[in-house]
Amino acid sequence: MAEARRRVIVTGEGPILVYGPVDVEMPDGTRVHSDRVVTALCACGRSRHRPFCDTSHRRRVRDDEGKEHGP
Amino acid sequence: MTRTMSEAPTLPAPRGPVSEAVLSVLRGDRPALPAVDGSAPYGEDLQLALYCCYELHYRGFREVDPDREWDPAVLRIRAELEGLFLSALRDDVPAGADVGSELDALLVEHVDAFGVSHHLRRHGQLWQLREYVAHRSLYHLKEADPQTFVIPRLNGPPKAALVTVQHDEYGAGAPERAHSKLFADMMTELGLCTDYGAYLDSAPAEILAEVNLMSLCGLHRGLRGALIGQFATIELTSSPGSDRLVKAMRRLGCSPAALRFYAEHVEADAVHEQLVRRGVIAPLLSAEPELAPDVVFGIRASMFLAARSDDLLLRHWNRGESSFRDGVDGRKP
Ligand SMILES: [Fe+2]
Ligand SMILES: [Fe+2]
Repeated sequence: MAEARRRVIVTGEGPILVYGPVDVEMPDGTRVHSDRVVTALCACGRSRHRPFCDTSHRRRVRDDEGKEHGP
Repeated sequence: MTRTMSEAPTLPAPRGPVSEAVLSVLRGDRPALPAVDGSAPYGEDLQLALYCCYELHYRGFREVDPDREWDPAVLRIRAELEGLFLSALRDDVPAGADVGSELDALLVEHVDAFGVSHHLRRHGQLWQLREYVAHRSLYHLKEADPQTFVIPRLNGPPKAALVTVQHDEYGAGAPERAHSKLFADMMTELGLCTDYGAYLDSAPAEILAEVNLMSLCGLHRGLRGALIGQFATIELTSSPGSDRLVKAMRRLGCSPAALRFYAEHVEADAVHEQLVRRGVIAPLLSAEPELAPDVVFGIRASMFLAARSDDLLLRHWNRGESSFRDGVDGRKP
């Protein structure tokens, strides 16, 4: 049933949003769970809270030079 | 430690003629009301008076009859105070209607920005962290409550998304995980008093003004766009700010239990940001595009008041002085 399928939003700007509790298996086999109504999974690879998004995908600027700063 | 509604806070000390008169109205007296229009809109006297009027809609005060909440004498003076505060804000923040670029600007991390969380992360001292947390307790011990007032003023998708965020703020069914409870737990770890309202006398006008803006926008349906802008500002800026505070607390040797409140906000607000932008603001503005200028106003007014608080705290700390106004010092428990 389509209604029973989990809703997933690929934001394209940063995280992937998953509706409902999730059990995430990490590359080393450890499992992390989140029981939030919506979980934001890091898709940019920069999060220090992986597998969860910590907004590290955001653009960083240095105001004195007005130019972009590396991650 | 767990206080019930019946253990509401006691009334604060007045800070001038207007707050003095408001406190006596709250006690049930009928004093001659002073002229309000000469008061400084962001000053100690007006902000405390307004804060006390609003507090009747939350937990009230021990000495104040709950019926004062809808007493026309209180509402009349509150309206005058609100008028002064709101028109000062309308004058001080530039108007705009481009919500998209306003939100985009909030999502850029300014590497060389310098606010309280940056200061605490790099070289703040423990007593400064304690003062910051004590000031913030005025909001966080009732975290999410001012924004909850907006729920009946929304409809359909924005209402559902906002309630999803609020559900998380209130612990998603587990009271021990409510953000106000995590905040109280952090206060305990830092040796601060967790009684609701304990730091009202210590908090300068700048801190009160930030909470007053939330109450003002939450309690007026006509300002619901501004409330949503204020709400978005918290949710969009909290995750990186919380990360800096986690680092500050680690550097200062705080316990893992003390870190939990800000650590939770790094992850929770990364989700809340998405829900607010996609779930609340986008459908709200497509249904009611005329709210855009007020959403921008809410964002800019929040940022304006937050910058005033940051300036005040850093100014005191740079001189090695406490930011508490009652002489109680963050250096002493
Ligand atoms: Fe929160
Ligand atoms: Fe949040």
